[in-house]
Amino acid sequence: MTGKLHPNRRTVLKTAAAGAALGTLGFPSVLRAQATTVKIGVLHPVTGALSYSGTQSRAGALMAIDEINAAGGIKALGGAKLEPVLADAQSRPDAGAAEVDKLNEAGVAAIVGPYASAIAIATTQAAARHNLPHVVDVGTADQVVTRGLTNTFRFSPGVSSIVQFGIDSLTRINDAAGKPVKTVFIVHEESAFGTNTANVLNTELPKRGFEVVETVKHANPTRDFSNIVLRIQARKPDLIIPSNYYDEYVLFTRALRQQRVAAKGIYSILGGGASSYKFVKEFPDAAAYVMDCNHWFDPRKAAAIALKDKTEKKGLFFSYEVFLNYNAVMYLADALERAKSTAHDALNESLASSTWDKHILPYGPTKFVNGQNTGAQPAITQVLEKDIKVVYPLAFSSGNAVFPIPSKV
Amino acid sequence: MKSGLLAVGIAMALAVPQVVTSEFWLGVCIAVLLSTLTGAAWNVLGGFGGQFSFGHAAFFGAGAYAAAILEMRFGVNAWLAFAAAGVVGGAVGFGIGYLSFRYGLRGSYFALITLAFAEVLRILANAADFTGGGVGLYLPLQVGVANLQFATKAGYYYLALGLGAGAILVGWMLERSRLGAWLVAIRENEDAARALGVDTFACKLQAIALSGALTGLAGAFYADYYLYIDPGLAFGPGISVEILLAPIIGGIGTVWGPFLGAAALRVAGELARRLMGDAPGLSLIFYGALLVIMVKFLPDGLIGLLDRAVRPRGIHAGGAHA
Amino acid sequence: MLDPIILLPAAINGLTMGAVYALVALGLTLIYGVLHIINFAHGSLLMVGLYGVFFLYRLFGLDPYACMIVLVPACFAIGYALQRSVIGTVSHGRDQNVLLITLGVSIVLENLALYLFSADTKTIETPYALDVVDLGVALVPLPRLIGFVAALALAAILWALIGRTDLGRAIRAVAKEPHGARLVGIDVEHVYAMSFGIGTACLGAAACLLLPMFYVSPHVGNVFVLIAFTIVVLGGMGSFTGALAGGLLIGLTESLGGLMFGESAGQLGIFLIFIAVLLFRPTGLFGSRLS
Repeated sequence: MTGKLHPNRRTVLKTAAAGAALGTLGFPSVLRAQATTVKIGVLHPVTGALSYSGTQSRAGALMAIDEINAAGGIKALGGAKLEPVLADAQSRPDAGAAEVDKLNEAGVAAIVGPYASAIAIATTQAAARHNLPHVVDVGTADQVVTRGLTNTFRFSPGVSSIVQFGIDSLTRINDAAGKPVKTVFIVHEESAFGTNTANVLNTELPKRGFEVVETVKHANPTRDFSNIVLRIQARKPDLIIPSNYYDEYVLFTRALRQQRVAAKGIYSILGGGASSYKFVKEFPDAAAYVMDCNHWFDPRKAAAIALKDKTEKKGLFFSYEVFLNYNAVMYLADALERAKSTAHDALNESLASSTWDKHILPYGPTKFVNGQNTGAQPAITQVLEKDIKVVYPLAFSSGNAVFPIPSKV
Repeated sequence: MKSGLLAVGIAMALAVPQVVTSEFWLGVCIAVLLSTLTGAAWNVLGGFGGQFSFGHAAFFGAGAYAAAILEMRFGVNAWLAFAAAGVVGGAVGFGIGYLSFRYGLRGSYFALITLAFAEVLRILANAADFTGGGVGLYLPLQVGVANLQFATKAGYYYLALGLGAGAILVGWMLERSRLGAWLVAIRENEDAARALGVDTFACKLQAIALSGALTGLAGAFYADYYLYIDPGLAFGPGISVEILLAPIIGGIGTVWGPFLGAAALRVAGELARRLMGDAPGLSLIFYGALLVIMVKFLPDGLIGLLDRAVRPRGIHAGGAHA
Repeated sequence: MLDPIILLPAAINGLTMGAVYALVALGLTLIYGVLHIINFAHGSLLMVGLYGVFFLYRLFGLDPYACMIVLVPACFAIGYALQRSVIGTVSHGRDQNVLLITLGVSIVLENLALYLFSADTKTIETPYALDVVDLGVALVPLPRLIGFVAALALAAILWALIGRTDLGRAIRAVAKEPHGARLVGIDVEHVYAMSFGIGTACLGAAACLLLPMFYVSPHVGNVFVLIAFTIVVLGGMGSFTGALAGGLLIGLTESLGGLMFGESAGQLGIFLIFIAVLLFRPTGLFGSRLS
């Protein structure tokens, strides 16, 4: 049912663990350039509150490493294979930072991870002390790339640009449909991404002619959404904008259905379940017509579909953690090829100057400014016919938006 | 002989950053010292005083947020903010202690109310704007000793060493002071102590204020070391639990218990990770099992084990226990 | 500002949610009332129960409510064994050791679940999960209504068990005066284990009633644990009527407070009540005697 580790990987892990133990001697990584493997630190919160995202992330990274090795490794380094050194950030910034030191001493050329923004702040800083290249897989907080660290790179979009994109797209979609939506009700979770999203929405939406009738913040975890749904019913908004984690999203949508709430649409931004194959599979009725502005893959690329199949064959859902990590490793591998070395400076340079476009994401041209890929953008998806389709940007779309959603008679 | 041993220990401790070249293990040392600080702080109230607190996160978080807010919003010098964090921790301790002891709460009731206070602070920190709400506070990276941000781990290590050693010293002094004796009396039998003329209210209040102040300093250290705090990290039950593990495992109510416990728990954690590999959860199962075994076979903590080894017969072992 | 029309449905929501909280608290109050230990493992045991229901449903198609037949005895056995062979053997007279042991047990259970079942949240969709009972003023989801009735029933069963049976008398004796009980020949260890077992069995029942309206993940226990403690204190440690009343009151506070003053205020209200009760009436609403 779940992706268990294969036996041969366990041997790799034990070796890596032994290597990490010996690694206290701290080999300078310059020597690594001539080695037959290139060690990559794969750091994610696989235990603790974020363990689901952490394990999905790890799976994505490992799939990329396997593919690269199967295709002959890093050719510029004599076909050197990528060797993953796994680390657990334990869903805490301090544990993540400690693991960075451990990975550095194990002689990794770079680190990929650690999924969560708060952990990323600590890990990128710890890595910066050694000038160790750190590719942030998800970590959407703006602060991840605005501290002037020259070792930190994020290929995927940050929260500000995601929310802006979401607002722009909503305006466009609404205009195209004849402006059926005027009032908006925002439900967001209390931590960083939910609060940031809600703040930007509250500032920008009125400028586009939308009226935010109410903004409700809820805790993580929240046990019951009945009252929030009552308020939605009282306000009768045209559109509901949720921004929360998966567990709360499940309870929220269930409560919406139980109380027979019928809005003209649910337009999520960074929704926990809105563009989740798991949610669509388990709650097809609740998922129907829900739109999400979130990380997504390019549905026109064969490689993306191939990865999706591969992931599902492992018994895992093809979630954003998987393909963003897959992508991060691929981006790193390309940088290694161009750098022709595993030395920190060379690799950081190579990552910063990357224009790699062989990715499976719906992005513009790759260009890094201060560690952020300016070509990165989210996509607007909608659940149609029990599948998740990209409806915007039109260049990448695989389905036509249905907006407003048909009312249930 | 004892002071000779101590001198050697101090020399070794000072030499650590020179000897330990691994950043990772130096980081572990810093974490152990931080746990020693919080553990010794908890010990003042819980070990000597016998009042178990399940909510030390309240003091930790108060110190962390005080330091962060003073530095970020009021531009206060980091070291001043650090000292202020101790004062704030102590004040919060005083406040919680005043209410709880005024109404005569003891035992489990006291433990639960400390838990509740920590939760209240967590919810408030989540809701308020000046604490950054649920987003938390990102302290700006400004390396410099004046900002309490050291360029290398060695700087943090020495600060942590000073704090940890200071906390152990507090315990040592407490063991030899009148306040300490009164606290032990209160722990063993509060009513009898009061009957004998001990001002139990004042003693307990002093203990919790001292405990709070020390823990507040730890919170400030955390903020300046990791440069990020949020309500869950600062005030969450996870921190409260982590704080009380070290002194209990090490030997409750003893001077060196917090240090031994902190070191043992870290080693156990690392051991678990190395032995059990990377499958999620496996190492923590091992860690939890180890905890259970440690408690089962070392009812007096690690100090109790050492005591039994040193004095195998006759004399009743167990540090400060009667 | 706020339409009074939604106050009534909100109150009903609060009561039904409170009943769920009470279900979790009933077992805890028994364990506290008899063993006088703060059971850190309570949340993880609830999680074990929830996984139990999940797998019984997924693998055998057993309806969650029917699962009680299997799960309640199973949880009883787990609780009995846990107390008898693990928790009960360590205290050596020191409170802190029991605390640590229950903590260790909860770490083991949570991570065992993580390792065996992986971290993803699991839900079940029973055919009646979306059925709603129209009470005129509010729509109450069927699982919640069942939960409400079940909480009342469970409290009544426990009350009868403790008040009217021989076992109950032994439990009450041990709760009040363990040494005296031992002197008159009661097997105190057995009674402790029975109490812990019954407390855990309550969690099994709670799990069956909870899963249709909730989800299960390795960390789900943490969602209810603090609330459960609050209710136990509010109601009076060891009082079943107290746990029930406390649960309903807390649910109501959370719901109405959240509605009127914002979700944070609702959460805050719960803990402020907790603190107020501890300060001004620590024996709780119904006094701390086992009844």
